[in-house]
Amino acid sequence: MAGNGSATNAPGHLPLYQVRGLKVALPDLAAKPLFGPPPRIDILTGLDFDIEQGTALGIVGGSGSGKSTLGRALLRLIEPTGGTIRFAGTDITHLDETGLRPLRKRFHMIFQDPMSSLNPRRRVGAIIADPLHLHGFDRVRERVGEALDHVGLGRAFAARYPHELSGGQRQRVGIARAIALEPEFILADEIVSGLDVSSQAQVLNLLERLVAELGLTLAFISHDLSVIRRLCSEVMVLHRGQIVEHAPVGEVFAEPRAAYTRQLLDAIPLPDPDQPGW
Amino acid sequence: MSAFLEIEGLSAVLAGTGARLLRSVSLAVDTGEVRGLVGESGAGKSMIGKAVLGILPKAVRVAEGAIRLDGHDLLAMRPADRRRLIGSVAALIPQDPLTALNPSKRIGPQITDRLVDILGWGKADAQARALELLGEVHIEDPERVIGRYPHELSGGMRQRILIASAFAAEPRLIIADEPTTALDVTVQKQILKLIGEMQAHHGTALVFVTHDLGVVSKVCQSLSVLYAGKVVEDARVADFFAAPRHAYSRALLAATPKYTDPAASLQPVDPSVIEAVTAEVAVADREWIHGR
Repeated sequence: MAGNGSATNAPGHLPLYQVRGLKVALPDLAAKPLFGPPPRIDILTGLDFDIEQGTALGIVGGSGSGKSTLGRALLRLIEPTGGTIRFAGTDITHLDETGLRPLRKRFHMIFQDPMSSLNPRRRVGAIIADPLHLHGFDRVRERVGEALDHVGLGRAFAARYPHELSGGQRQRVGIARAIALEPEFILADEIVSGLDVSSQAQVLNLLERLVAELGLTLAFISHDLSVIRRLCSEVMVLHRGQIVEHAPVGEVFAEPRAAYTRQLLDAIPLPDPDQPGW
Repeated sequence: MSAFLEIEGLSAVLAGTGARLLRSVSLAVDTGEVRGLVGESGAGKSMIGKAVLGILPKAVRVAEGAIRLDGHDLLAMRPADRRRLIGSVAALIPQDPLTALNPSKRIGPQITDRLVDILGWGKADAQARALELLGEVHIEDPERVIGRYPHELSGGMRQRILIASAFAAEPRLIIADEPTTALDVTVQKQILKLIGEMQAHHGTALVFVTHDLGVVSKVCQSLSVLYAGKVVEDARVADFFAAPRHAYSRALLAATPKYTDPAASLQPVDPSVIEAVTAEVAVADREWIHGR
């Protein structure tokens, strides 16, 4: 499954995502003058990569490296300032909301903080059903039940409110909402960083199973290389808005080519008092 | 021979319901020692630090036990005396440097205010001490940084300032409550090294609250593993990582991410382990209620 960038170029073959020269600049509100527009800072400075169907791509980097911005650009939650993004062959770089609407159910996102991404005043069932209604799905009740079954919560959870759930359960609701739409692509942005290690392991196992069972393509943003090692088939390392390394997961961990990747690996505190370099 | 901080049979309850949040916690931290308090969220690890510093939330009441700081029984003291003692020998390094620093105040006064207002230092002395400390925490150009506001500094810089501020009055005990959780791994490594360096240099007793066993293995000499407010294992770090004794400790270690050994890491905690440790807590609770 570990597709190696553009190595597979059979005729008629199309990667799910083709990204060329992607640039994103955002207004720097911290430096905004009293009058006039704020200056723009370049977050992503020309990224080229493909995401093959069925890949679990880990995106890693320090804070401010642009990993979340990249994710948001892939889902067209923000509009790139340069380059192109093709999703399943369609150029979505500058599509307007009407043009994007039919595509939106094909890529979906799981958010970092389930408490702020789930409406506290709605029951779990309604939270999962809303996007289904929005995209005109039939058999909504059934689909909600199936999604809850898939994430191991069970249908009884449809009647609960988010505050009645633990952090791990809330994150499962986020996953259920994403997979209910039967998307081809899911972006998971730091979805286990707020969880205890024991729930972290459960959510990762769940995600691993769903990727395999539903044939999903996954982009998994994380600052934790250990988690990526466990879940992903490919790793992309971002540093200051650029890709410094993009390779199958085994290669990156066995022989990191970029100095920054090495630095990231060395900085991870392993549960071992004799780890060299500390 | 007694340790600088000794906690003995400390139980804290939630006022109203009477639910126990800390369950007969005992631990000791000696001068120059770093002890890790480890557990998942809600295990009571921060609560212990707060009890020592006398900053428990209003709804939480100490039901029994003793906290001895430098030989003084804190819970038997008059509140004013207790505050004076804690203020003069103990300090806190908090988790989130952005909420712990006053956004509308320059860095300098945030370090020196405590020295001047509480410990009665002269302004010039306090200022000189602040500059010296900023140098100690490896901040380049301290004269410039002292006039900055928190929002002008990076997360790592802000955490360095809180460390400087914690060490300012030469405390003999520091409680560090998840001081690196909000930081990048590369910055975390620098900050952990810095805390270790400062602690060794000043010979402070340090209580390090964290959920990350990887971090514990780097900075601590001993640790207490907590579950539901109960210490389930108390060990030396070298012994613990070689062979944890309690089943819950072993499960916690197996759930910890470890990129060098993906097969043996990130394993979900087995429900039977949770059942067993919950039963253990329930037995302790029955004995406790029976004994009262």
